[in-house]
Parts: sequence; C-alpha cells; structure tokens
Amino acid sequence: MEAEGRVPGPPLPPPSPGSGGGAGARADAPAGAPGAARGPPLAAAAEVLSLDDEEDDLEVFSKDTSLAEVNLFSPSMPISPSSMINQYKIEDEPELRDLFITVDDPESHITTIETFITYRVVTKTSRGEFDTSEYEVRRRYQDFLWLKSKLEEAHPTLIIPPLPEKFIMKGMVERFSDEFIETRRKALHKFLNRIADHPTLTFNEDFKVFLTAQAWELSSHKKQGPSLLSRMGQTVRAVASSVRGGVKNRPEMFTEMNNYMETFSQKINVLDKIAHRIYKEEREYFNEMKEYGPIHTLWSASEEDIADSLKGVASCIDKCCKATEKRMAGLSENLLPILHEYVLYSEILMGVLKRRDQIQGELDSKVDALANKKTEKDLFSEEIGKLEDKVECANNALKADWDRWKQNMQCDMRSTFTNVAENNLRYYEECLATWESFLASQTVDLHVEADSEDRP
Amino acid sequence: MESAEAEPSDSRPEEDGAAPCSGLPPPEQPGATMEECLAKKMEITVSEAEKRTGRNAMNMQETYTAYLIETRVVESQSEGQCAPVDSLWRRYSEFELLRNYLSVTYPHIVVPPLPEKRADFVWHKLSADNMDPDFVERRRIGLENFLLRVASHPVLCQDKIFYSFLTQEGGWKEMVNETGFQLKADSRLKALNATFRVKNPDKRFTELKHYSDELQSVISHLLRVRARVADRLYGVYKVHGNYGRVFSEWSAIEKEMGDGLQSAGHHMDVYAASIDDILEEEEHYADQLKEYLFYAEALRAVCRKHELMQYDLEMAAQDLTSKKQQCEELATGTVRTFSLKGMTSKLFGQETPEQREAKIKVLEEQIQEGEEQLKSKNLEGRDFVKSAWADIERFKEQKNHDLKEALISYAVMQISMCKKVCLACERPGCCICRLTGDQMQTFNN
Repeated sequence: MEAEGRVPGPPLPPPSPGSGGGAGARADAPAGAPGAARGPPLAAAAEVLSLDDEEDDLEVFSKDTSLAEVNLFSPSMPISPSSMINQYKIEDEPELRDLFITVDDPESHITTIETFITYRVVTKTSRGEFDTSEYEVRRRYQDFLWLKSKLEEAHPTLIIPPLPEKFIMKGMVERFSDEFIETRRKALHKFLNRIADHPTLTFNEDFKVFLTAQAWELSSHKKQGPSLLSRMGQTVRAVASSVRGGVKNRPEMFTEMNNYMETFSQKINVLDKIAHRIYKEEREYFNEMKEYGPIHTLWSASEEDIADSLKGVASCIDKCCKATEKRMAGLSENLLPILHEYVLYSEILMGVLKRRDQIQGELDSKVDALANKKTEKDLFSEEIGKLEDKVECANNALKADWDRWKQNMQCDMRSTFTNVAENNLRYYEECLATWESFLASQTVDLHVEADSEDRP
Repeated sequence: MESAEAEPSDSRPEEDGAAPCSGLPPPEQPGATMEECLAKKMEITVSEAEKRTGRNAMNMQETYTAYLIETRVVESQSEGQCAPVDSLWRRYSEFELLRNYLSVTYPHIVVPPLPEKRADFVWHKLSADNMDPDFVERRRIGLENFLLRVASHPVLCQDKIFYSFLTQEGGWKEMVNETGFQLKADSRLKALNATFRVKNPDKRFTELKHYSDELQSVISHLLRVRARVADRLYGVYKVHGNYGRVFSEWSAIEKEMGDGLQSAGHHMDVYAASIDDILEEEEHYADQLKEYLFYAEALRAVCRKHELMQYDLEMAAQDLTSKKQQCEELATGTVRTFSLKGMTSKLFGQETPEQREAKIKVLEEQIQEGEEQLKSKNLEGRDFVKSAWADIERFKEQKNHDLKEALISYAVMQISMCKKVCLACERPGCCICRLTGDQMQTFNN
C-alpha cells in the first residue's frame, strides 16, 4: 500500500507562479528561494539559518500548564479522539491495560543540606501481584535515576525509555524555574508510562517497588542491590570485553542497526535544532506582532473617517497574534518534547547496541581462549554454553524490542507531525476568518458610502 | 490715531477683487473640473527604467537611472484611432526640480510627494541600495504615481512647466530656472523663526500642523514595526526550509516512512519559498503608507507657509504701529517711550522745527505705504487661507479614500495568503492534515 508511508508535515501553499525554483532545489541552500534578484539575500539567508553548534539550546518550554486533569498516557496532549487513538496504537489495546500511572504535583523540599523537588506518583492497577489497586507515593529525581539504572542492569539489551536530563547546561537561568519543573514532570510521566507499556519491563520487581513503596521502604530496598564491588567487577569485565570488540562476529542485523542509528541520531539532532529554531523565530515574530496592532489603534485616535477601519485592522492583528501564541504552544507541547525524547532515545539505543556487543565480546573472548588452551576444555565449554545462551537471549531481546521501538517511533513521528500540521491549519483558518469578517464589514461601508456620495 | 492691526486671518468674508501679489502664483483660472484634468486628457506612464552613465557637473563619471515617461493624448471622439505615443527620459533629480518648482509656486497646495530618495524602513532581507532592481522598480511605480497625482490635481495640472516636463525633452531645465522660482523660495530659517514667533495663527492651521505631526510620527512608527515583523516572518518561513534536506536524508534510511518524509520535505521547501511573494506584495502596502508619510510633510509645508505669511503680516502691522507712534510723538512733542534720539536731543538740544517737519513728512509717507502694504498683505493672507483650505479639504477626502483602500487591500493580502495554505491542505492528494484515526490505522497495517 503506497499510502502507508506518508508522514505528515505542516501544511503549505502550492508553489505560486514566481516561485518554481523551490521544488527541485533542495540539494544546496536550504533557503531554496527563487528569484534572480535575490542574489545577496540568499547568501545572507543561508548564513542566518545555519544551525551552528551553539544552538545546543535545550530550552524546553511548556506554555500550557493549565490542565486540570492529567491525561492518562500523554501528560499534556489535548484529549481529542484522534490523539487518543494514536496513543493507543502505540501500545496494547486499551482493554488490556491494567496499570495506569500519573506523575504530578511537584513540591519543593528544603533541608539544611539541599533543596529538591518531589513528584507525586499515583498508580492504579488491577493486577493480582499488587496488594491493593491504588498507590500514591512521592519520588524525587534521584529515585527515577535509580530505577533506570536497575532496569538497565536487569535488561542490558532492552531499550529503556529516556529520562529527562539532570540539568540543562546552557540557556537555563534557574534550575528550579516553573517551566523547567513542568517539563521535567511531563517527561517523568512519559518515562513511567513507557515502562508500564513495555511487555517485559512492566513486570520488573524494582519497578513495582518504585511505584508502591513508601519512602523509607524504598531506601532500604535500594541498599539491597548487588554490592559495590560486584558492580564494579561487572563494569571492569564489560570494559575489558568491549576493548576486544564483539564487533567482528556481530550478526549482520546488528551492524545494520548500528548504521541506522548513526544516521538516525544525526538527523534527529538536526531536527531538534531546527524545531527549536523555528520556535525561537515564531516567538520573535509574536513579540513584534504584539506591537504592530496597537499602533493602528493609536493612529485611529488622530483620524475620524478612517478610525473604524484602523481599529478593525488593529483588532485583526491582535487576534492573529493570539493565534500565533496558540500555535507556538502547540509546538512546545508536542513537537519539541517528542523530538527531544528521541534525541535521548538515539543515545540510549547506541548504548544498548554497545552492551550487546560487550556481551558478545565476552563470549568471543572465551571462545578464543578455549582455542588456545585445549586442556581445560570441559571447564570452558560449560561456561561457553552459558555465555552462548546469554548472547542468544540478549540478541533476541534486542531484536524484539528494536522492532517495537521502530514501530513506536514511526507512530510518534507521524502523530507529532500531523499534530503540527493541524495546528498550522487551525492557525491559518483562524486568521482567514478574522480578516474575512473585517473585509466584510469594510465593503458594507463602502457600498453605503458610494450610494450616498455625489460623484461628479 | 488708530493703530494698525494685523487682521486675524480666520473670519472675514471673502473679498474678491485685488489680485494677489508676490506670495501667490500667477493669476489662476478657476481649478479644472475632473473632466478637464490633464489626467483625463492624456495617458501618462513611467514605463521603463534604465541605468545610465554620464558626467556630472564636476565632470566626474556617475551612474544614475533614467526613467522613460510616455504620454499619449486621449481622443475621446475618434474611437478607432490612437494617437501616437510621445516619450522622453528623465532622471530623479529632474523630478525633484519639478516638485520644488511646484511647491514654491503653489504654496497653498498640498503638493504630491515623490517616492523616497533612499530606501528607508527596509527590513533585513531587502536591499537598501539605490541601484537594486527591486528598489528601482518600486521607484518607477512611485514616480508614475506622482505624475498621475499632479495631473489629476485641479490646479497643478494646468501648470505649463508641468506640461513641458511631460512633453518637452530639451531645454526644460533652463525653462524652469528662468521662472526664477528659487528666489521665491522661503528660507528654512525664516520659516522656523516664524513658527516660534507668530502670535495669532489661524486655529485650523495649528490643528492641521498637529495632525500632520501626529500622522508622520504614527506612520513612521508603523513602518518601522512593519519592517521588523516582515523580517521575523521571513525568518519563520525560511527556517522551515531547513527541514527539507533533513527529511530527505532521513527518508533514505526509512523503509515505511520514506515516501512520507520526502513529501513532507517537499512541502517545507514550497512553504519556505512562498514568503518571497508574500512580502513583495506587502512592500506595495508599505509604499502606499509611505506616500502619506511624505504627504504629511507637504501638509506641514502649507502650514509653515501660512505661519510665515501671518508672521510677516504681524511684523508689518507692528512696524506700522511703531511708525505711527513715532509720528505722533514728533507732532505733539511728547515722549512716550525712551529713545536714543530723545536722549540726544535732551543733551544736545531740540531739533529745529524744520527738521521735525521733514521727519514727520517722511514718516507720513512711510505710514501710507505701510497701510497699503498691510491692506494687501491682509488680502493675500485671506486668499491664501481660502484657497489653501479648499485644497486641504480636497486632500482630506483623497487621504481618507486612499488609506481606507490601502487597509482593505492589506486585509485582502492576508486573506489570500491564508487561503493558499488552507486550500493546499484540502487537495485530495495532500494527506498531511486530514488524517483521521481510521486512516492512521490503515497506514499501520
């Protein structure tokens, strides 16, 4: 089915007669604008738009923090039928869901040593293995980090969802600004829900503890992990085997995955930058527009005959301004967080592929050792058997999870870009309606004037 | 003896009769009606612009642009026949000369402005270079507009110099200079002086002055912000152009999404490119506003002229009063005001009666001259106010009509821009925005 591949992008006007150059010229200058007269400006345009490394601006904005009720899966999307359906497409059918998690209510805690934020995590479930059907606990960012590392430990070749970053290097003045907290909250919500929807991770014991244990229970549980020494040992082994590779015997499939991820990672990073840049430009546009409308109102104060027309124009511009604000909010609520999440995902996936290689490396080094020491064959072969199992498990787990991740990614991308497109369309429709009603009011006046004037 | 007064210039009923002298133009015929306007009798266009090089007054090489003015007499009677087209080339400085001539010769008229000399209020991507083809093109349109405005003006269209400007290539400059209009031009300093010192200006002109100041200020502000808005809008559209390449490269590694990404990328390119036309149209709107920005200056000039004339009048009246006073003092021997003469006469003795008589005679002559001058200045002033105000009313109507149309055309532009986008999404082939949940499900299978 050909239609299958369509990925939505923002709506756009058809090429107007003068602008034919745009279509084919995508190879070089991103501006791709037509018109011979625009020589120098084109170069300037390319310069203006080059995404330099300093655009590592990971400012995350969340304008609309006013949702009274947090939507089950998506923390911030409007509850519209299409978006609901899109969400459920990603994971299991709605009827099969038996674990619902929300993250909300950030609260600041100030002690003598530090200040930190906790979030309320509410869980509703019908699963048998949970003692009750509802839990409410408070967790801080550290706890989420702990959970993630436990999951990675337990399932080295599964794709663990990304956590929001610890802190933002550039562009953020205050660590605990409202915007920052809200964005983090949404990301944490997503994190837990993605785990809940994962066929394997959802049954992880540490996950259950995370969701249900009271604060002191959690601390004591945390201390029960494998000892520091053994964890260090694992790391050393991993590093050692990674040095030796695990690459030369790597199955073709995983090499393909690696290549894919390298390109994907590049592209998603650039997209992330572009999206942020667009947001920034829209914000500047909005700021200028805010000033534009009122000037017409000011002008109308000096005029008599055209005062109404001027006020009309002022009001239209103000309405379009508000519509721009809405469009920006849509971007910041939808596109920006998703792209950011997948930037993090690409890092995670590279890590997962590496870990798989490490596990393979362990096996390969043992096999090589065996080839050199024929005498301890029996000892080795048992170990090797275990390692072979381990590798096979790891590979299968990764393969399955990879397919699942790919599907989700495509779905997420489609729905996000569709959403952006819909937002854009709504914006233009609103502006259109505004100007059309202004025009109608003016032409009525003109007809009245024409009839009553005495033209020579 | 009554002291002469400058008559306040706002109330007297009109007196016909005494022909106005030096401040006003040569005796005019009554203004032309709409049908008689030159614009109706002659088609005027500025059809081309050409780069030229030549030598200027200091024998240095310079590059300039020349504009082709084409005129054709409209024969209303004979339908099938078309008169031949006359044409000549003029450069911007000649237009300036024409306008200066008109401003000085018809100071009571709000003379149409020329398009700007240098590109101003440019937004980032537009060139500020006078040789830039877009700027030249917009100037060409502005010059044509100027000529049409003059040709449709009931008074200005009858001017011979204007007619020659349109029809006589050689010797026109000399003709203009021979009118000696430069001598009649009021110095800026004089005008500034008058502005501060005039005591009794016509209230209507004072209001008009404030209005034109406000108009200038608000339109400048509007144009500045508009330029910034255009700049930002340009940025938004063009950054979308960056998507195209990334989507294209990304589509190379995707099997299922590949086509969709390509299509999305293509749309982005088209979207990004569409801003150029949009902003070009908006430049026309900006030009319309600019015309009235410059018109405000022309309005101001008329007010200034009135202030000058009024000040002149007041000075003449004051002069007359002081002379009359002097006369009186000499005649009666009383000294009402301190004067050096008074002091010297006290010190050195009175003048002889003969001397006094002589002085009184001279003063009386001067007084009579002064009274005549005052009378004629008053007349001038009233005529000026009457004809200026008539033109100002005409101008007001024109302004209201034009600005309203400009605002409407701005709305029309916005509508067409929005429609393009909305229609693009409703096309059957464009799947981007009209996907519903069901369709998505189909895609995923």
